[in-house]
Amino acid sequence: MKILVSVKRVPDPETTIKVNPDGNGIVEAGIKWVVNPFDEIAIEEALRIKEKSGDCEVVLVTIGGSESQEQLRTGLAMGADRAVLVQAEGADPTAVAKLLAKVAEKEQPNLMLMGKQAIDDDSNEVGQMLAQLLGWPQATFISVLKMADDGASAEVTREVDGGLEVDRVKLPAVITADLRLNEPRYASLPGIMKARKKPLEEIDAASLGVDLQPRIVIKSMAPPPERKAGRIVESVDDLVNALRNEAKVL
Amino acid sequence: MANVLIYGEHLHGQIPKATAIAVGAGKQAAQNLGGQTLLAVLGADIGALAEKAAKLGTDKVVTVEDPALEHLMADVTAAALAEVVKAQDVGLIVFAATTAGKDIAPRLAAALDAPIASDVTAINDDGTFVRPMWAGNVFATVELQGTPKVVSVRTTAFEAAAEEGSAPIEALSVSVNKADNAAEFVSIEETKSDRPVLTEAERVVSGGRGLKNAENFTTVLEPLVDALGAAMGASRAAVDAGYVPNDLQVGQTGKVVAPNLYIAVGISGAIQHLAGMKDSKVIVAINKDAEAPIFTVADYGLVADLFEAVPELTAKVKEG
Repeated sequence: MKILVSVKRVPDPETTIKVNPDGNGIVEAGIKWVVNPFDEIAIEEALRIKEKSGDCEVVLVTIGGSESQEQLRTGLAMGADRAVLVQAEGADPTAVAKLLAKVAEKEQPNLMLMGKQAIDDDSNEVGQMLAQLLGWPQATFISVLKMADDGASAEVTREVDGGLEVDRVKLPAVITADLRLNEPRYASLPGIMKARKKPLEEIDAASLGVDLQPRIVIKSMAPPPERKAGRIVESVDDLVNALRNEAKVL
Repeated sequence: MANVLIYGEHLHGQIPKATAIAVGAGKQAAQNLGGQTLLAVLGADIGALAEKAAKLGTDKVVTVEDPALEHLMADVTAAALAEVVKAQDVGLIVFAATTAGKDIAPRLAAALDAPIASDVTAINDDGTFVRPMWAGNVFATVELQGTPKVVSVRTTAFEAAAEEGSAPIEALSVSVNKADNAAEFVSIEETKSDRPVLTEAERVVSGGRGLKNAENFTTVLEPLVDALGAAMGASRAAVDAGYVPNDLQVGQTGKVVAPNLYIAVGISGAIQHLAGMKDSKVIVAINKDAEAPIFTVADYGLVADLFEAVPELTAKVKEG
């Protein structure tokens, strides 16, 4: 069995992101870069399937610049077997999906796992687009994954607006992970040492024959609307009075 | 001149407010595109639904009826919608950014090789869109290259279209092909509630880890929720800890709400939670930790033990 896990390099989610004064980017100074938290969950799930199965290769793939090697090494340190870096700067979700489709065609995995969204662009699109391009079923925002004993399908629980939906998908499929799917392991020191020797292949995006022309172009960026400063109230009475007479929402 | 197609999300024979909001956004876009608004209703048994859809004020309702569409799984629905789009001269397809919309819209975009912008908060006259990034710390103005374009709209950012008249309904004969490897629906577990829908409510009271357990949500928080006629929400921490089900989660990756009144009880105010509620008109925070980040967005902050403050607040609200 082979599982292909797509990961993205993103700013640490605890970072307060600020727009550049010229409005065409974010302030990158001082940012700590990590594996997208949802992708970490996807890696963890792949490793758990691998541990249960006894005969499973977990391959990581990322689309980005060479600095993304860092994030691949983190995943290898967690326990993945090898990694692929597709060199492409500034690929938008459509380009990412097309590139991942090419990698999937080459690797022929039984399952593709990734986080439901990246916490930088918050698009929540790549998994769905990729599934369509490959002609595979999709299971998005999953919180439970149960592989069938014969490995030919998976039963998933999806977190949807109304509650929890259970679906079944035949493999190969694209599955996107939501927060509660699992709690990812930390890389152990031996894991980190082993990761250095695991294969990490770099491919030039151009060699995959994909049109990388961006379909979504950012023209400008702005900070969110500012809220007026609030105040501390001293008591419940104070609060009720303010809500009734000042804010007039009671 | 191109038409705007709006995806008519529905469940249990009802059309949610989210669809009316998508129609509102679609009508706004149609003013710029110069075409008609078409509301697409797909499913297994459409009749009565189409009549309801016809009242939402679009120029036309188009329907596709097929047993394969019973559960509106993303693969078969996107494929059917792609056929509808190709036959109807569509320049823009609008979804509400609900979990259904987010599941289907990108798949449709890929099927059409169309560009997509998700969770859009504004549709500009010049054809650009605005969408949040980095947990709502940045609002980006974006341009989509190519046509047709696909967008999903944040439901708190647009007004629901007013009900008016009765649009003509056209049943389309579109081939609905359910592939051998199409995803299968098994079951759904839905939280039943008489309370207002969280994403639509005028008032929301949310509980966090400070409530300590599920029982306290029932005995301490719910009386306040009901005294206010509000919807109940929760922080990720409370859902993770099992105090409440997942569909109550407010935040960057949960539900985005913007009610007139949002009361955060025992919620510290992580960036990811703020992303889901900081557009609320009036924000109240009740937390015993004066340093909690929630106080930076609150209009009124009460530093107090919620187990004392909330029952007191509930009583005073009921007193009127």
